[in-house]
Amino acid sequence: MTVVPEDLDPKTVPEGCKPIIEVRGLRNSFGEQVIHEDLDLTVCRGEIIGVVGGSGTGKSVLLRSIIGLQTPDTGHIDVLGENMIGRDEDEAKNIRRRWGILFQNGALFSTLTVAENVEVPIREYFPYLKPPLLDEIASYKIAMGGLPADAGPKFPSELSGGMVKRAGLARALALDPELLFLDEPTAGLDPIAAAAFDELIKSLQKRLDLTVFLITHDLDTLHAICDRIAVLADRKVVAVGTIPQLLALDHPWIQEYFNGPRGRAAAASYEHEVTA
Amino acid sequence: MAELEGHQGEHPHGSLYRVAGALTITRAATTEREIAALPDPLTIDLSEINRMDTVGAWLVYRAVRDRGAKVIGASRDEVSLLKQVGEFDKPARVLPEEPGGFTRGLRELGEWVAETGSTLVGLLGFFGSTLISFANVIRRPKRFRVNAVIQRFDVVGVRALGIIGLMSFLIGIVIAQQGSVQLAQFGAQVYTINLIGRITARELGTLMTAIMVAGRSGSAFAAQLGTMKITEEIDAMRTIGVSPIEALVIPRIISAVVMMPLLSFWAMLMALLGGGVFVWLSLEIPPITYIQRLQEVIPLTDLWVGLIKAPVFGFIIALAGCFQGMLVEGNSEEVGTRTTTAVVQSIFMVIVLDAVFAVFFSNIGWI
Repeated sequence: MTVVPEDLDPKTVPEGCKPIIEVRGLRNSFGEQVIHEDLDLTVCRGEIIGVVGGSGTGKSVLLRSIIGLQTPDTGHIDVLGENMIGRDEDEAKNIRRRWGILFQNGALFSTLTVAENVEVPIREYFPYLKPPLLDEIASYKIAMGGLPADAGPKFPSELSGGMVKRAGLARALALDPELLFLDEPTAGLDPIAAAAFDELIKSLQKRLDLTVFLITHDLDTLHAICDRIAVLADRKVVAVGTIPQLLALDHPWIQEYFNGPRGRAAAASYEHEVTA
Repeated sequence: MAELEGHQGEHPHGSLYRVAGALTITRAATTEREIAALPDPLTIDLSEINRMDTVGAWLVYRAVRDRGAKVIGASRDEVSLLKQVGEFDKPARVLPEEPGGFTRGLRELGEWVAETGSTLVGLLGFFGSTLISFANVIRRPKRFRVNAVIQRFDVVGVRALGIIGLMSFLIGIVIAQQGSVQLAQFGAQVYTINLIGRITARELGTLMTAIMVAGRSGSAFAAQLGTMKITEEIDAMRTIGVSPIEALVIPRIISAVVMMPLLSFWAMLMALLGGGVFVWLSLEIPPITYIQRLQEVIPLTDLWVGLIKAPVFGFIIALAGCFQGMLVEGNSEEVGTRTTTAVVQSIFMVIVLDAVFAVFFSNIGWI
């Protein structure tokens, strides 16, 4: 068993951290198969936290539990200071308003244009907002998502993969969320688009004072924008910390992940960039 | 909301808009109205604001952009938020551009004509490629997908037995009941048996089965193929070298063509049974007499009339379902509309053909 120092233990709340998400003792299972057992995680306000783990370790299930799409067997989940488990739909709505989610494949409504997609959450919560103000809000959100203005009247089926992600991000930003969940935001993008997307997330995070919960496989994303990284393995979060801190652990999966050929390449290019 | 109060008043240099509390999306509509109501030149005082989001910033930014309003008392954070919102000021259309009025009507008419034409041509092409695939399969019987066909037999045929049987049984009862009421006026109640026997064998057994199969299987074909089209499964098949027509369309067509006569026969039997039960309980004609009477009044040609139509209807239903499914492109809504079109088209064509068959069989003397 890997010995995890206390400052990397997922139960520890770092100094000066205002927790925005707190997961304690989470257990999730599908039939016989246990996905999470006694999982803990704390996300601090204003940070970009990256969640990594091998395929099938339950990264997406963790996200779904936090946002309330999946009811866990046992455990506590507090988001934005509110307990999320067993909430009725009306109460949950007030919390849902304060976060935005970018799903892995965008999950744009295929019968609506990009601009209408962005307007959906606004219309839902503020039905008295009418065009032209509504359309103006959608326009600047689309620009925030890094899309050109002519993307507004396009349907999702007319967009490239990268544009779908940006449109999804624009919709996630529609209600000025405090908390942004991103499920593999750079998966399926070419390296240039992926790097640009990383940049976009970083700059939005700074400008809008967001907390970002990010699931990713992309080592470059982890190096470039994440403040801390949570490693999912053995059905729980084994450690949370920066890459150098995690590298000091002798956990086999962490070593394999960050010190494998791809991990080294990403680290090298990032160091190169920093020193250059 | 008490947290935000707009003060509107005369300012030495025009009007002043002062807000206190939170300037956010929650009060956006009111704020917009209040700002719009004030005369130029406008000064906006943000000194008493404790929270502003991008929507609030947008409203202020817009007043500055369009009306040259002056902003005073903004903190550093607020100034930077205003700047950022300004950076993203790139007006985008919400809906694709639409020409109005007459041009639009003309365009829609043109599109409809073009679409109908290309659908007809497409259907002909689809029919042709199905026939070619059939020929290929016959030439190389190894490519025939036995498992797929048997699976379709199960889905289209066996699993429909219950609902089609029940429906036909009830229809048999209804015909017998309605018929007997009318025929009783002439004291000719015994002819109820002629009515039940001939109408089920010639028409209703096959027609009702065709409508049920169109609703049950034709729609499923369209939805299945349509979804596979959206998820690119059909493209994947093509690139692997599997012909989607051979793998998907032919099993479905064969299953519908084979199952329709069997299901129709089953439907006829159940309708006769339903009529028999009614006749027995209500008119007190014992089952044995009922069966004898049926033998006497139904010519064998009636059964042929019913059964010859069945595979043709099955073919049309499967062809329309598969064709509409293959036409799906783009989004999930299209799966729905294509499925509806498949069912409506196939039922319509079935009824038109049924009329043609009726005339044809009368003319050759199978009355």
